[in-house]
Amino acid sequence: MSRLILVNLLRFIALVFIQVFLLKNLPLYNFPVPYLYILFLLLLPFGIPNILLFALAFSTGLSVDAFYDTPGLHAAACVILAFVRIIFINITVSKEGFDNEPEPTLSVMGARWFLTYTITLTLLHHFALFALESFSLSGLQYTIGRFLASSIFTVLLMLISGLIFFRRKERK
Amino acid sequence: MRTLWRFISRYNAFFLFLIFEVAALIIFVKNNSYQRAEFINSASGVIGRLDAEKDQLYGYLSLKEVNDSLARENAHLRGLLKTSYYIDTAAKHKVTDTTYKQQYEYIVARVINNSVSQPNNYLTLNKGSEQGITKGMGVICSKGIVGKVIYVSGHFALVQSLLHKDSQFSAMLADNKEIGSITWNDDLDPHKGILKDVSNNAQPKVGEWVVTSGYSLFPEGVPVGKVSSLHTKGGGYSLNMEVALSVDFSKLEYVNVVDNKFGKEQEALEGQKKKDE
Repeated sequence: MSRLILVNLLRFIALVFIQVFLLKNLPLYNFPVPYLYILFLLLLPFGIPNILLFALAFSTGLSVDAFYDTPGLHAAACVILAFVRIIFINITVSKEGFDNEPEPTLSVMGARWFLTYTITLTLLHHFALFALESFSLSGLQYTIGRFLASSIFTVLLMLISGLIFFRRKERK
Repeated sequence: MRTLWRFISRYNAFFLFLIFEVAALIIFVKNNSYQRAEFINSASGVIGRLDAEKDQLYGYLSLKEVNDSLARENAHLRGLLKTSYYIDTAAKHKVTDTTYKQQYEYIVARVINNSVSQPNNYLTLNKGSEQGITKGMGVICSKGIVGKVIYVSGHFALVQSLLHKDSQFSAMLADNKEIGSITWNDDLDPHKGILKDVSNNAQPKVGEWVVTSGYSLFPEGVPVGKVSSLHTKGGGYSLNMEVALSVDFSKLEYVNVVDNKFGKEQEALEGQKKKDE
């Protein structure tokens, strides 16, 4: 249990730091930024109580907001992400599976499930994020373009990190 | 009562979602009117310091470019020194000059946080109210205008960059002095701005310089950019044109905050007129 907390804490710190100090400053000029930090919320264990999941989503969003100078924006998107995550897992994973499959990682759940999971949740999170950010219909085509490019980028990075940790798990 | 409780606990995910989402949206909407909460922005203590640390690290990566621009500026300033002028009069008079009084003073500051890819961009500077920066001052750099100070703490200042939906500054065409106002382009390109509301009599040329007019926070003649295209939608009774901004916002390092010595006096005078009406 304490190991689980430690792993998740480290993951949180690493992902938020990567997000605000590296990905935010990618010299891509007008090109969209991937929001990799949501991987922390995706990889939380199956058995986590709903209230804890929402609290974590909210505070993760706020801590990223603090660096982006957009109070509440990422928090709102992350809470939506948490809700969709609960529904998605309720539909696709049986309750008995929680004991022997603790975390929804690529190595535990397989490529097909993991891919559907990341794509669905990333798209919904990014959609909420960009819709709230622009807050209007003007410049709709730019918003949609940025949304799609950002989503593709994020999912790609998630798959890469999934594959990196996939190997490490097999070796054990 | 019991059924209600069972109903709520059965769908607890949904109710928790509602509570947290409403909380997040309240924070978001409250701060979206750009009246930023003091505790969650990069001008506040801890994050300001973290950003300063990060900036120190990143500073090394662009040392070369900064050096080049400083060297160029040095050369330019040296050219303005008295010693680099040829003195062609034998005798010099000494007069006490009362005609000129310094109107603008500049406070040098370093950019420690910056963004160009958001729909609304801000910069954080490492100087604040203790160095004399106040809300509403203009910010320029050696290549042109940058934005305006919107929030100051003791050692940091938050600047609303020109790359912001609400930014609008008075500017004019350098050759024929036609006044307009410069804003950011709609398509979020950090290299482009739009010069709006220029009178129809103006005959702008592509490649012509656009400079500040002296009607707003900046001294007259600070460069903004060059006219890059005249085919911009909108306009109607006035001309709109696209401007290639001279400042590369993604590479800002040092900026000057403009302190207009007579700004307060002018404001007070103009405020009086409004009061009388």
